[in-house]
Amino acid sequence: MATKASRAAARAMISPSVILLLGWMLIPLLMTIYFSTLRYNLLMPGNNPFVGWENYTYFVTDPAFATAIWNTLLLVGGVLLITVVGGILLALLLDMPMWGQGVVRIMVIAPFFVMPTVSALVWKNMFFNPVNGLFGHIAKALGLTPFDFLSQAPLASIIGIVSWQWLPFATLILLTALQSLDSEQLEAAEMDGADPVNRFVFIMLPHLARAITVVILIQTIFLLSIFAEIFVTTSGGPGDASTNLTYLIYQESLLSFDVGTGSAGGVIAIILANIVAIFLMRMIGKNLDA
Amino acid sequence: MGRITLDKVTKSFGEVQVIPPLDLSIEEGEFVVFVGPSGCGKSTLLRLIAGLEDTTSGHIRIDGEDATDLPPAKRRLAMVFQSYALYPHMTVRKNIAFPMRMAKLDKAEQDRRVEEAARVLNLTDYLDRRPGQLSGGQRQRVAIGRAIVREPAAFLFDEPLSNLDAALRVGMRLEISELHERLKTTMIYVTHDQVEAMTMADKIVVLQAGEIEQVGSPLDLYRTPRNRFVAGFIGSPKMNFIEGNAAKQHGAETIGIRPEHIDITETGEWSGTVGVSEHLGSDTFFHVHDTGLADVMTVRASGEVGYKHGDRIHMTPRPDMLHRFDASGLRIA
Ligand SMILES: Nc1ncnc2c1ncn2[C@@H]1O[C@H](COP(=O)(O)OP(=O)(O)O)[C@@H](O)[C@H]1O
Ligand SMILES: [Mg+2]
Repeated sequence: MATKASRAAARAMISPSVILLLGWMLIPLLMTIYFSTLRYNLLMPGNNPFVGWENYTYFVTDPAFATAIWNTLLLVGGVLLITVVGGILLALLLDMPMWGQGVVRIMVIAPFFVMPTVSALVWKNMFFNPVNGLFGHIAKALGLTPFDFLSQAPLASIIGIVSWQWLPFATLILLTALQSLDSEQLEAAEMDGADPVNRFVFIMLPHLARAITVVILIQTIFLLSIFAEIFVTTSGGPGDASTNLTYLIYQESLLSFDVGTGSAGGVIAIILANIVAIFLMRMIGKNLDA
Repeated sequence: MGRITLDKVTKSFGEVQVIPPLDLSIEEGEFVVFVGPSGCGKSTLLRLIAGLEDTTSGHIRIDGEDATDLPPAKRRLAMVFQSYALYPHMTVRKNIAFPMRMAKLDKAEQDRRVEEAARVLNLTDYLDRRPGQLSGGQRQRVAIGRAIVREPAAFLFDEPLSNLDAALRVGMRLEISELHERLKTTMIYVTHDQVEAMTMADKIVVLQAGEIEQVGSPLDLYRTPRNRFVAGFIGSPKMNFIEGNAAKQHGAETIGIRPEHIDITETGEWSGTVGVSEHLGSDTFFHVHDTGLADVMTVRASGEVGYKHGDRIHMTPRPDMLHRFDASGLRIA
């Protein structure tokens, strides 16, 4: 890409894909923004008059909105905390030489291949169900009253399910990073008098910083839009105890058939996601340099 | 401080015995070099002493105290690795201070020792940089600095110069030798380069396949190599080995003569055709073919000597410089 001619040629050749991608993103975005300014309810067909900010004020002043934002943050933060801490611990464990390492590694990665709906259903029916679920059986065997996870701690249960799905991803990335650590550095630290805890804090953790950043950034993008797990387990309830922003938008536009308000919620979600992204890049993005 | 004794130490990786029973004693303040071809177990031996590998059997004593089962940190030894093993996310200052920080030394003393080490090693201007911003030679010095501040009983070096270019290597060789003169601390230095061994060591330990072939001062090894392996390994260019009748005349299976102990003369015992000549200015090395003694013989002439490819020359070995070896390769006194 050195000469002017080759740069022009390169631009000409990538333009179809750039245009296609832009169209793919821009057209739905512009349509969402357009719908969000209309009174557009599928239950009331007819003309869809322009209403300005009305949909936005309606969406934001809904008491469910504040709860949904809070739930979204709790869900993202909780899953990040569990997967990063758990991922580091698992990676440390899997990095140790042990018998059957290959099989164990594949087993650890397996949850990632299970579809979100399927894993949520498995958790709902086989683990959390107070009558038939494994936890219920264990509680009964121990003489305790079974705990109804999904109605008594709905958000925590969903955090558990989602963490279970994302732990393999975090583990895999962190394990790869850990394996790229020069063993001579650890030996040098050992000779310098660092005990295992100090070796972890001063050598391994700084080495993992970049991988942890990648895990946090990528997971945040996906976790902001968790939907299937909530849909098949709690349907956002009881009440709005496990409703996140994505689920609230779904409720507005498809359960209440209010396309206008749903679109307004969508636009707000996009803005919020970007705020979170900027915030994250400011905080931890510097780990990605050099 | 710094007497290290190995007593019948062995090391096996699984079934493979890398170090057969080995005895060695290293005196206080000595500069000892382990030298041998790649894969002969030098690093393994050094790591056994450092405590980074467990001994399979035998005992390691440091200053009379049994250190065989002591963890590396408790042995009061400092190691400089081939890759330098600096901590990339710490500044030079923090790298050097790390062992003191682990030992919970007070901050003022830490600073004092870091400044002192930086002064000695010419690193004062680089204390706030990261290792990634330093040249190879500077990284090497940081690694040495990190070792010095611990005031260890002995320093262990594993091929510390092999990642440097030739000019820098000569410079660092001198610096390490000077450091030894100043600190008078025991140093164990591993290398595959016999020139490093000859120029730096008080005592050289020649290893082959995990076994000690000979221990002695550089000139001991040069003058009286105990066997053919040592004779061929020490000295550059390599010693010429002659078998057959010429050797039988001297009552040996093999005789050896170093290139610098053969004179080019008008008439002489041996003759041959000049092949490649290497002109170094101070010396000229001729590769001589068709001598009827060995495939190729190397001969050194002092200064600039102008024989050309294909010239016929006569050579006379200095009789008192002949080394004689028996059928098993051992030196005949
Ligand atoms: N961790 C290990 N596991 C198995 N074999 C090893 C290990 N480390 C070294 N070896 C073997 O031990 C021998 C000596 O290695 P090393 O001490 O590194 O040689 P040197 O440093 O002299 O080049 C080599 O044959 C090497 O393959
Ligand atoms: Mg080695």
